[in-house]
Amino acid sequence: MLQGFWKLTWIETKVFMREPMGVIGTLVIPVLLFVVLGRALGTGEVGTVAEQAPFNVPVLAALFIAVSAVISLVTIISIYREGGILKRLRATPLSPVTILGAHVIVKLAFTMAGLALLVVAGRRVFPGAMDADLPSFAAALLLSTLSILSMGFVLASLVPTARFAQPLAAALLYPMIAISGLFFPVEALSAPLRVVALALPTTHAVTLMEGVWDGAGWNGVSALALVVFFAACTALSTRVFRWE
Amino acid sequence: MPSNPVISVANLAKSYGSTVAVDNVSLEINEGEIFGLIGPNGAGKTTTMECVQGLRRPDGGTISVLGLDPRRDETALRRRIGVQHQEAQLQKRIKVWEAMDLWARLYPQVVDPDELLGLLGLESKRNSRFMSLSGGQKQRLFIALALIHDPEVVFLDELTTGLDPQARRAIWGLVTDIRGRGKTVLLTTHLMEEAERLCDRVAIIEHGRVIEMGTPRELVRKHCPERGVFFTGAGGGISQRLESISGIRSAHTEGEAHTLRGEGDDFVTNVIRFIAQEGIHITGFRTEIPTLEDVFLKLTGHGIRD
Repeated sequence: MLQGFWKLTWIETKVFMREPMGVIGTLVIPVLLFVVLGRALGTGEVGTVAEQAPFNVPVLAALFIAVSAVISLVTIISIYREGGILKRLRATPLSPVTILGAHVIVKLAFTMAGLALLVVAGRRVFPGAMDADLPSFAAALLLSTLSILSMGFVLASLVPTARFAQPLAAALLYPMIAISGLFFPVEALSAPLRVVALALPTTHAVTLMEGVWDGAGWNGVSALALVVFFAACTALSTRVFRWE
Repeated sequence: MPSNPVISVANLAKSYGSTVAVDNVSLEINEGEIFGLIGPNGAGKTTTMECVQGLRRPDGGTISVLGLDPRRDETALRRRIGVQHQEAQLQKRIKVWEAMDLWARLYPQVVDPDELLGLLGLESKRNSRFMSLSGGQKQRLFIALALIHDPEVVFLDELTTGLDPQARRAIWGLVTDIRGRGKTVLLTTHLMEEAERLCDRVAIIEHGRVIEMGTPRELVRKHCPERGVFFTGAGGGISQRLESISGIRSAHTEGEAHTLRGEGDDFVTNVIRFIAQEGIHITGFRTEIPTLEDVFLKLTGHGIRD
């Protein structure tokens, strides 16, 4: 058994909740984005469905939840490394898998909390628009977050100092959302960029979540792509990850 | 009485790229002693220590700690050693009791965390966040975390660096207490006063090599046997007779002020005896006894802070 896993997970959860900016970033901003964009792009009337929006607003909000989780993870890991916290933890019987796994669980838990808030807000502001298969959507979001998180570990290994972690992660992840097929089809991209887009987990996360939200069901190819991406990045991060 | 060494290091070597950090270091540390690796920053003290802890893979040499190989028996060793790292941090917003609680969960056998916090004077800080602790309190917390599983060997890396003199003295007392409980301590420091106060034996490290090893007293006696005595006092015509003091090397008199330099542990006593015999009325008296700092200066040709 992974000794200390739940204890560490619980402590990291509490520590994260004591940081107001982190909680606002992962929980409040995606919900605000959802409500504001949903109303601005929809018919603008309270209670109407944001159907006229040029893109799937709930999926964008969900993707934002996932991406903020990843940026937060990269930042935390780089701060922990720079401060010698990772090194100190590793000098205990805690296994590396426990240390990093606890952070993944915290991020996934906050992702689910973010989605729950989104649904609560959505039901108030857009009644009738939130009749998607929510358990399936939650599962799709979890898989997407996990897949993008695995990239976070690789990213966390490459970031030179904690100061660069957040801007660098943001600079990489936001363009990934831009070409994810959410705003315009991936086919509209130039050929090289399309290859890049199809290699990125964000693109498959969008396809998967859009399918589930619109009721078309699970896109097997995208789900598989996310799993493969997760496996590849996890394997890569065990090789490149630096503890100090 | 020589016992089995708790830590033995033979021909340890470690390089980072083309930089040689540790060059053929051999050490034996006995049960129940406080052993200090001393030398300037960048001398290889921390690298040596981290190889011994199993945190770094040596390029060459053998290490045995409590009969275990630090790399191969990593898990078994972790349970029997306690460590404190140089300039370590914890999560900024973790509370003192939470850190203790987490660490206590990681080991099969632990001491009472609250009792330990009490011993280290941290009981009133139980609910404080790590970021709100002073430098001395942080270091005491790290000592508590290093001791929570009642380890046999404790590693302390630059424990008092950056602390004010008061906090430093308090920590010295705690380290002596650790030895008092039968544990072996390996520490690094670049403060010679700290090494002299705390360590039973020291190894002076420079450029990754051990250049000298022994008890602080032995090293001072061996390398810096000179003693200085300065006194002022009325007593006509003693300047010629000063040369008769046993162990004297030089004497200099200016009016009533005398500057004597000599060698050996008895030199100061001999001077005092001389003064008594001569019946000199002393108005000022001062001695200059070399310290480990002088030994370091002599062996390396430069000060520790250069």
